[in-house]
Amino acid sequence: MGKIKSFLTRTRGTRRLHFTDIITYVYLILGTILMFGPVIWLVFSSFKTQAEIVKFPPRLLPYRQETVVVEGYEDPLPLYTVTLEDGSTAELAQVRRIGLESQLIDPANPDEIIKVPIDQREPIEKVVFSLDNYIEGVESFNFARYLRNSLIVTIFATILTLLINSMAAFALAKYHFKGREPIFFIMLSTLMVPLSVILVPVFLVITTINWNNNLLGVIVPAAATPTGLFLLRQYMLTIPDELLDAARMDGASEWRIYAQIILPLAKPALAVLTIFSVMWRWNDFLWPLIVLSRSEYFTLQIGLNSFQGELNVQWNLILAMTVLTLLPITFVFAILQRNITTGIATTGMK
Amino acid sequence: MTTQSPGNAIREGFSRISYGTNNFVISFLDIIFGTIQRWVGLKGMPYVFVLPNLLVFGIFILFPMLLNFVYAFTGSTEFFLDQRPWVGTANFEQLLTCDNFLDPNSCYQDRFWRSIYGTMGYVIGQVAWMVVMSMVTALILNRGMRGRGFFRSVFFYPVLLSPIVVALIWKWILQENGLLNGIIVSLGYEKLPFLVDAQWARFWVIGISVWAFMGFYTLILLAGLQSIPADLYEAASIDGASEWHAFWSITLPLLMPTVIVVLVLSLIRAVQVFDIVFAFTGGGPGTATLYIVQYIYENGFSSPNKLYGLAASASLLMAGTLVVLTLIQLRFRREEV
Repeated sequence: MGKIKSFLTRTRGTRRLHFTDIITYVYLILGTILMFGPVIWLVFSSFKTQAEIVKFPPRLLPYRQETVVVEGYEDPLPLYTVTLEDGSTAELAQVRRIGLESQLIDPANPDEIIKVPIDQREPIEKVVFSLDNYIEGVESFNFARYLRNSLIVTIFATILTLLINSMAAFALAKYHFKGREPIFFIMLSTLMVPLSVILVPVFLVITTINWNNNLLGVIVPAAATPTGLFLLRQYMLTIPDELLDAARMDGASEWRIYAQIILPLAKPALAVLTIFSVMWRWNDFLWPLIVLSRSEYFTLQIGLNSFQGELNVQWNLILAMTVLTLLPITFVFAILQRNITTGIATTGMK
Repeated sequence: MTTQSPGNAIREGFSRISYGTNNFVISFLDIIFGTIQRWVGLKGMPYVFVLPNLLVFGIFILFPMLLNFVYAFTGSTEFFLDQRPWVGTANFEQLLTCDNFLDPNSCYQDRFWRSIYGTMGYVIGQVAWMVVMSMVTALILNRGMRGRGFFRSVFFYPVLLSPIVVALIWKWILQENGLLNGIIVSLGYEKLPFLVDAQWARFWVIGISVWAFMGFYTLILLAGLQSIPADLYEAASIDGASEWHAFWSITLPLLMPTVIVVLVLSLIRAVQVFDIVFAFTGGGPGTATLYIVQYIYENGFSSPNKLYGLAASASLLMAGTLVVLTLIQLRFRREEV
């Protein structure tokens, strides 16, 4: 209790709770609701039945009407609390509904049919977190396949990005060679030209080397990222040359210098590039959309987008699949959130 | 003396294994690269190191950039360059033919101009909101309250969500019978046509973009705020300056370079917006949220007769805009140094 109080009344330096502190906390709490609320709403909605999902106004919890199996009827019958003519209430199962009249039976006495107006009955509901949407969704939405493709793309693209950019950054930061300035300048000048500007010709290149519907076509083209190259080079410039000279003196090859001196020392910058690369690749959309047209090669994002575009796909299934798609990245974030936010804030985009 | 927990033992085991494989990979590659080094000499090694990057860069970025010009100056719906007739500047003329440039209806390629005006509206609205919201959030997070790390992560979380997921979450909330209309009705008002009405759709496209990206810019601004030396504020308070005064004469001027970085980054990203809008409204209703990259995508990839030339020339015009924006940014950066 004391802890909560000291948390709530903590202010900037002074002991008194200033009105700006109240504004701050109100802002932060509203912000938390606004940032997390939509995702929480999505998660709760994904457990709802189809009947519940079209209900208006919507409710947070996934309610489901209770049913009862009565002998003589094939399907389970929905249960209602019914107000009878004499004013008493009873739990009855509905057999059928005709217009404004409902025909119900007492599960204990299934032979006698009771007829009441529909406004005299209230459905009996309970909260059920059922996995039906997920099970049914996975049948038409090939989650395992898309997840596999997304993982392959993200992992291999990140490894490739780290490798070729750190090698090039090493050369550009630590050697004086003819052509260094022009190479660096040309690469940097494309920093702001996104892939979306050269869609058509890159697609021609991809088609020519037959990488259409091939995960390689998604992995390789964006691997040489000027952002990453710049970030790594700036960091490697801070590594003292004496270290390299000493290693050379000891007979180390240039490769060993790169792999065993430069890379370990550039770890913070490599970590930031890893975060960026995973984020870019996992969420990438436009490029895979163009390269991958056969569904067995779809990544999660492409799969989800085409799933929402399909006819006759119900919202409850889309929501369940959306939850599955955001789960992995949320999990990673929950574990690494401090490293991610401080990494971007310190090495960030400057 | 520390007792070793099983978790530590496992971790140590793993690190030993990974150290071992690492060593093996490095030594193995050393044999290859050592041979290369004997062959090309020390002077040749930097070229070996830049080569992989340069190859990928050249094949998938530089070469296509040049090809883009070829597409822009050739016509027809053929994809392969040898079958495309040279048409000179006809594609650009088609894009730029308008009786009145302010009225997309009078243009030959009305969708192009709609997408340009749409993008302009989106960029202005989005960047303004983005800078204001991330600035306010960064200032509040900078107050040094307890739980700052947590709240920082809260605002950053949507940045990690994919555009498709963001679009679907908000589509679900804003649809006719969605959460927001539920709240509005329960307060006694009428439902609002959030996704059906053009103005509302434009508003929400900006709204969800700010929701999704503001955490990133907040982080950058927060880092900028924290690099302002604390003694400046101490000196100011000794001189009797009010907090308000300190904000205007210390915080704002010293934060200005970071604000400009945020402004330009969000500007450049806003011009290129595609996925989040494509999944959220698909450019609709009508062409209300049709933006330039979607116009390029449609002409090059999704419409039945693919006008690659138009797509390429439109993207050249867009690249030109981006280059100008980048130059402006470089100008600002130089001034600040």
